[in-house]
Amino acid sequence: MSVPTDRKYAESHEWYLPEGELLIVGITQFAADELTDITYVELPPAGTELQPSEPCGGIESVKAYSEVYCAVPGQVVEVNAALEENPGLINEDAFDKGWMMKIKPSGPLDGLLEAADYEKQISS
Amino acid sequence: MYKSPLHDLHVAFGAKLVEFGGWEMPLVYRGIIDEHLHTRRACSVFDVSHMGRLIIEGVDAESFLQWVCTRNLSGMVPGQCRYGHICNQGGGILDDVIVTRFDDYQWGVVCNAGNREKIVNWLNVQAKGRSVTLDDQTFDTAMLALQGPMTRDLVAKMVPIGLSELKRYRCMTGDLMGMQYAVYRSGYTGEDGFEIVLPTSAVPLIAPLLLGSAEEPRDDVKPGGLGARDTLRLEAGMPLYGHELSEDIDPLSSGQGWCVDLSVDFVGAEPMRKLKEAGLRVKLVGLVVEGRRIGRQLTPVMKGAEAVGLVTSGTMSATLDKNIAMASVAVEAAEVGTELELDFKGKRASAKVVPLPFYKRPKGS
Repeated sequence: MSVPTDRKYAESHEWYLPEGELLIVGITQFAADELTDITYVELPPAGTELQPSEPCGGIESVKAYSEVYCAVPGQVVEVNAALEENPGLINEDAFDKGWMMKIKPSGPLDGLLEAADYEKQISS
Repeated sequence: MYKSPLHDLHVAFGAKLVEFGGWEMPLVYRGIIDEHLHTRRACSVFDVSHMGRLIIEGVDAESFLQWVCTRNLSGMVPGQCRYGHICNQGGGILDDVIVTRFDDYQWGVVCNAGNREKIVNWLNVQAKGRSVTLDDQTFDTAMLALQGPMTRDLVAKMVPIGLSELKRYRCMTGDLMGMQYAVYRSGYTGEDGFEIVLPTSAVPLIAPLLLGSAEEPRDDVKPGGLGARDTLRLEAGMPLYGHELSEDIDPLSSGQGWCVDLSVDFVGAEPMRKLKEAGLRVKLVGLVVEGRRIGRQLTPVMKGAEAVGLVTSGTMSATLDKNIAMASVAVEAAEVGTELELDFKGKRASAKVVPLPFYKRPKGS
């Protein structure tokens, strides 16, 4: 499985891609494959302040529900509206079209993994 | 972990494998929803080799099976199958099984993979003093479920053994090119279909005949994984051991009273008679849930401020495009039409009691 090297990762399977002063957040293809067909994505509305310790949303798949975390504190600027209509975009293209939200980080990107380290985590 | 005789084929078809009941089995090949819908419109092959296949033989076979099974087995003719439960002395469900009469003294029991050892031990204990032997054939055979509206016609073209005349819940045994097989007209998807038991050695011959190869897959017959099998059975309102059924509940309270005959003596009958006399306290219901959060096993079911039960299984129904669940709820909250709520950690979603099953196949298919 190839993991893009242009972004950072959290152990809880999200990716974080800088875009100007914002950060695009999604879940990895590995996580999407583990969840199987995603039927619903619940995300916080724009303006929400995110705390890394609190789940900020949830992903419902045919198999299970899993909470979404954002490892970086910040404010939600935009959520991917296309997921409302087609949550399966995450299964199809987790690293691009299946992005979940853009946030304005209010803290450092501490403790995130490089692509190679994340790849090690999922292959072990 | 046990591996199915079809293991290599699963890998070739790109299956995501998971542990289930002590076996490494395919969860999904192409997508659970894809496989689900394919089964409803064409034909899917499910590897169910993990299920326990036991042969019970001896002059006491019938009376013994009647002693351990909730279903009335009298009047069964050779080649007939019945669904029933095996219960403990308290009426708790040890497993749900298909009992088949092969001939006067030879019977079969198909049980769940995760319960196989428990059931073999239980049957051996209950068989003490009776003239029966138990042979566990699980590892000598493979079992395939062919399910879907196109199954009958497709199978008729592929196998020259006149299967289309086989009635529902009947079994046919025979010998094709020296290989013993048993074919059941049964399944766990709500569709018409067959379940085939064949020797492990026949798998390399038969499986490609049914499925083609990974390089040249068929359009009409495709493999289906455990994920789709679960969502299909849920739409069809069928219980799954570990969800709707367990040792903590009896068949009557879990909505399976139709497979219990209390006029017969069997292990667990007495507490069930008492329960029936006192009145059931919980029932299994179908729910249609508002919104897109899916009720999962143990999601609380509320009626106002009162907790009235727990979800046993739930999914987004691919066939009906509805958010569905089965739940074990207090009888006072079990009537069709009752407005309830699911509690997702404080967030509530409306849920209405609806009749089971959610899905019934169209007549004539």
